[in-house]
Amino acid sequence: MATARRRSRADAPAVTDAELIGYYRDMLLIRRFEEKAGQLYGMGLINGFCHLYIGQEAVVVGMQSAISNARDSVITSYRDHGHMLACGMDAKGVMAELTGRAGGYSKGKGGSMHMFSREKKFYGGHGIVGAQVPLGTGLAFAHKYSQDGGVCLCYLGDGAVNQGQVYESFNMAGLWKLPVVYVIENNKYAMGTSIERASAGTELCRRGVAYNIPGVAVDGMDVLAVKAAGEEAVARARAGDGPTILEMKTYRYRGHSMSDPAKYRSKEEVAKMREQHDPIDQLRKALTDKGLVTEDSLKEIDRAVKAIVTEAADFATTSPEPDPSELWTDVLMA
Amino acid sequence: MPVQILMPALSPTMTEGKLARWLKAEGDAVKSGDVLAEIETDKATMEMEAVEEGVLGKILIAAGSEGVAVNTPIALLLEEGEDAAALDNVLDTFTPKSVPVNHDHAAPSPQSLCAPEPVAIPEEKVYGKTVRQTVREALRDAMAEEMRRDPAVFLMGEEVAQYQGAYKVSQGLLDEFGAERVIDTPITEMGFAGLGVGAAYGGLKPIIEFMTFNFSMQAIDHIINSAAKTLYMGGGQLPSSIVFRGPNGAASRVGAQHSQCYASWYAHCPGLKVVAPYSAADAKGLLKAAIRDPNPVVVLENELMYGQSFDVPEDPDFIIPIGKAKIERAGHSVTLTAFSRMVGVALEAAEVLAKDGIAVEVINLRSIRPLDVDCIVGSVKKTNRLVTLEEGWPYAGIGSEIASVINEQAFDWLDAPVTRVCGKDVPMPYAANLERLALPQIEDVVAAVKAVCYR
Repeated sequence: MATARRRSRADAPAVTDAELIGYYRDMLLIRRFEEKAGQLYGMGLINGFCHLYIGQEAVVVGMQSAISNARDSVITSYRDHGHMLACGMDAKGVMAELTGRAGGYSKGKGGSMHMFSREKKFYGGHGIVGAQVPLGTGLAFAHKYSQDGGVCLCYLGDGAVNQGQVYESFNMAGLWKLPVVYVIENNKYAMGTSIERASAGTELCRRGVAYNIPGVAVDGMDVLAVKAAGEEAVARARAGDGPTILEMKTYRYRGHSMSDPAKYRSKEEVAKMREQHDPIDQLRKALTDKGLVTEDSLKEIDRAVKAIVTEAADFATTSPEPDPSELWTDVLMA
Repeated sequence: MPVQILMPALSPTMTEGKLARWLKAEGDAVKSGDVLAEIETDKATMEMEAVEEGVLGKILIAAGSEGVAVNTPIALLLEEGEDAAALDNVLDTFTPKSVPVNHDHAAPSPQSLCAPEPVAIPEEKVYGKTVRQTVREALRDAMAEEMRRDPAVFLMGEEVAQYQGAYKVSQGLLDEFGAERVIDTPITEMGFAGLGVGAAYGGLKPIIEFMTFNFSMQAIDHIINSAAKTLYMGGGQLPSSIVFRGPNGAASRVGAQHSQCYASWYAHCPGLKVVAPYSAADAKGLLKAAIRDPNPVVVLENELMYGQSFDVPEDPDFIIPIGKAKIERAGHSVTLTAFSRMVGVALEAAEVLAKDGIAVEVINLRSIRPLDVDCIVGSVKKTNRLVTLEEGWPYAGIGSEIASVINEQAFDWLDAPVTRVCGKDVPMPYAANLERLALPQIEDVVAAVKAVCYR
């Protein structure tokens, strides 16, 4: 039955040392990628909308560690670069899409918010707040219809939870016991509006109570807590027991988009999260305390990640613009 | 080599800004994420964060400087292991990498402003023996045949299963295909339309029934933004093979919110196909084509037509290619285009006009997008006159589009202005007399045809 409870590190599943180091590397890759994207935006090489994921890395890395990339599908909103990298999409193709070049995942025709990879079962990248929720519910419907054993991870933000279509989806997913996990990335601000100013009920994990969908609040800055909650929810969906809502308590360090000066929150609030709850710092400390890494091995990871990001930026700034003939392609399937 | 820190563009429209304040001094260690400076853009004061790690070696642009152009070097960062002497070795100042700009203009398709069809539309075949069927039965048979043919096809909507369809179009489908493939939804148009598109992303071929198209406005975001645009936005990665179908347009005495034609709304959007069958044969052939189509297709039916009977080919392979109009009645005096129920009105008007010696060529458009331009243009080149007929509003309607196409492609053949007969430009009234006045009647069509014949 519908419950809402909190999850902490105590429930953390057993993970291997190599997996732990892998999560650290994956989170660092997202962070460095996003920092580079911010820099390229500053240089005028990326334009339009660009929503950075910095601060929220533990959510997607923890959740992706809980699914099977071969059969499970993923869909999210417009703050999506981290999800693509965590799905195993190539950093070069993602960055080149941000710069609007032919080498981008969408041949430069989609941009930051519109990239897809059927191969990696990443279904976007959606720019309309909340629209990915019925779409993700439909992916789950397809898993169930095809009996392929797959589960859909459907990410949404604390802003999307006040869209009506989210509840239309919860209702159908609950009614038909669809294999979907709704991952609410609660970073406390819907653009510039704090959750307290937007939501009559701020315990987002309880948003499924009316549909008999269990909800769990999770420390979204702790990759292992995310993984533990994710594994339980995915197992539940895979067993045919229906959807789960996971409310990830997280934080974005940057503004909503590149042109947001973030005047709606204090510098102290941001600094406190960065200094005391940073998901990457926390895991680095844990790895160091356990003796799994040394100063040198951390530097080696840094260098490897930086090399991937530099290569992506080089590719994204040298890949040509799409051929003009691309204007008229991909409107309709032949 | 020290790393150059450049004046950033911090909004989509910023070309220059003020370097308000440095938060790091020369000699300070910098790690990625540290705030280096405050910059006033055209919109707000923004913090500029460091991306690279190192030591702030030299500030090139002093705090308080105004009008600093984007991409001007504003400081030098010493990387790990570099000493201050390296600052003297910065030889070249930054030049942004030149973007390989590709400014050649792609030529639009020569005959049309619309995106070209990816493959040629096949010719319509001639089928033999026919059977008498209602439009309702033809639609049901189309779905049943395609569901037998392809297990990925399923039907979803309000009252489609146990109730057998609000208008009994899905009668018998639940019995044959079961509840897994004929699915009653809650009243939740945006939800089930979006769910359908997501299922199409996942490789299924949904038929989404709107009890009437009036309710599709709740779901239009998913039809346009999620279904029609995604193939293009993803550079061809993610098709949506999905059908949205249901009755469209005015029924009878149901008032403004339940009496509206959506042809123009959906036909406006690239990435969608839109068909509007008139006869039972149209309904069956076009719906089968729509279900097989790899693109999202909107099928605009008409409630008042459901019970009307027509001859339908018996051939199990019968299909009507999307994009082919049909000349329902040949004539040499005037071309008259119509779709859906208005084809019947056009045929009746043609009968009346024949008695006055005016031979009307009636074109049943069948497909609204893609439009069979060749058929219309060919007819106008023969008749030199065109009247368009539709139930929808005139403003930016299908008649407006056809008039533009003829203006572009057959201007020299015209002997009279293209004339539109449309629904009146008002929300649909309830009162019987007003409703009749709001919808095109046979006498309206007769008058318009006579006018373009100067009679």
